[in-house]
Amino acid sequence: MRKILTSKWTKVFVFLICAIPFAQLCIKLFRSDLGPNPVETLQHTTGDWTLNFLVFTLAITPLRKILKVPELIRFRRMLGLFAFFYVTLHFLTYLGPDQGFNLSGMWDDIAKRKFVTVGFTALVLMIPLAATSTAGMIRRLGGKRWQALHRLIYVSAILGVIHYYWLVKSDVRKPLFYAFWVAILLLWRVWDAYFRGKGSAPAPARPGISVAN
Amino acid sequence: MLLQKKPDLTFADVTPKAVYTNRRKFLRDIGIAGAAAALAGERILSIASPNLTAYATSKLNFVKGPYNTDEKVSSIGDVTHYNNFYEFGTEKGDPAKNSQKFRTSPWTVSVEGEVKAPRKFSLDELLKVAPLEERIYRHRCVERWSIVVPWIGYSLSAILKQFEPTPKAKYIAFQSFYDRDQMPESKYTGLEYPYVEGLRMDEAMHPLTLLCVGMYGETLPNQDGAPVRIVVPWKYGYKSIKSIVKIKFQEHEPVTTWNQIASNEYGFYSNVNPNVDHPRWSQATEHRLGEFFTRKTLLFNGYGDLVSSMYNGMDLKKYH
Repeated sequence: MRKILTSKWTKVFVFLICAIPFAQLCIKLFRSDLGPNPVETLQHTTGDWTLNFLVFTLAITPLRKILKVPELIRFRRMLGLFAFFYVTLHFLTYLGPDQGFNLSGMWDDIAKRKFVTVGFTALVLMIPLAATSTAGMIRRLGGKRWQALHRLIYVSAILGVIHYYWLVKSDVRKPLFYAFWVAILLLWRVWDAYFRGKGSAPAPARPGISVAN
Repeated sequence: MLLQKKPDLTFADVTPKAVYTNRRKFLRDIGIAGAAAALAGERILSIASPNLTAYATSKLNFVKGPYNTDEKVSSIGDVTHYNNFYEFGTEKGDPAKNSQKFRTSPWTVSVEGEVKAPRKFSLDELLKVAPLEERIYRHRCVERWSIVVPWIGYSLSAILKQFEPTPKAKYIAFQSFYDRDQMPESKYTGLEYPYVEGLRMDEAMHPLTLLCVGMYGETLPNQDGAPVRIVVPWKYGYKSIKSIVKIKFQEHEPVTTWNQIASNEYGFYSNVNPNVDHPRWSQATEHRLGEFFTRKTLLFNGYGDLVSSMYNGMDLKKYH
């Protein structure tokens, strides 16, 4: 088990799995098979996968500790970067086909509509996390500071769920589904910090061991 | 279905025809395997792809009606597989999926309220009120998608004129059919049922307002509001109530379903207006199904020269 988790090939395999939704979208786009409202399909699919990957990323630390499989940490950066990848596509479909690359219209929309405001904020907060995801940046920032910065993902996940909740008209089942998982994963951290004390900070960020390979 | 012989052909007697959408595209896409599947029977087609839901409709006799737009008619596949009918679920594909067993026969529409002599219509009686016309209308959803549909029906005024309203009658309220057992998905949609919509009397009497029984030359598919619905082309789609069982003349403005949920988002009037934003999105542009880029939304959905005089002097932002 450990051997599989630490294998280089497992990482490649996980990467390919994470790219499947993107590949599917590309194939469907190429075959004009995105349904009657292709722009909406692109927006909803990339939005869903952003939230999925945020939840997967947040699940790593609890799973690592509960299952006592520290090797899982090897996949956290990749999952987080995939969340960033899908949110970038999500934003581009909004800016492009939806807003017609009209930047002033976009700023107007962001300022005026709170569901866009929170969505955009969630995206902006993910930029520094993606930018500091390399081993070099972790070294430069220092583990403690890097960790503090990367807690911004909690904010992005919460804002992402609110963004979704405010978007739907009356059926809130799917946003509540994400709210449930984000709440569980964040409450676990509160519980973990409270009962286990500071000795087990949520995530080791030493480049050599945890994130670099 | 046609086990008994009846002396007269009625609405329910026309042979139902299963129509599969996108069949040609599907066949092309899967090539030889597709041809084999077609030989093996239509059943396989519907199993092979969940998008190819069948719908049973029958041909209607109609004449060309007035007010037709010359814009490109949307594909029947889009109109039948991308729409809202919350009683059958909130996803755009849910109505097509979940309405196939919906029982639309027998069907009765009751006209009641502030009228001298209320009465009930069977579907066959409704079909004989006026000659059926094809009306090709733009249809704009509040969610920013739009379609062009060749509806079949007649002006609602034709039936309203058969009644003598009391002096109190100022509005018309419509009510959809509701049966929880046939519409189990409705429990999760966050709306109160039965669905209610309404119009001011002059709007209801306007010749554009359609009592609709068909589209694309045939009876309405279940997911699009079979067997009878209302179409109000200058208002957002949710005003065009589906599967109606009641038309009520009344004194007070009807309490309508979406307005009740969020009156700041869904006004009673709900006239299509690119200058009045929905609180959560701009209404200036729309996605026409079948087109990739957005197009500009027109005031009163392009029917301003026919309807704007009804709203003279009204603050369209306040009465959105």
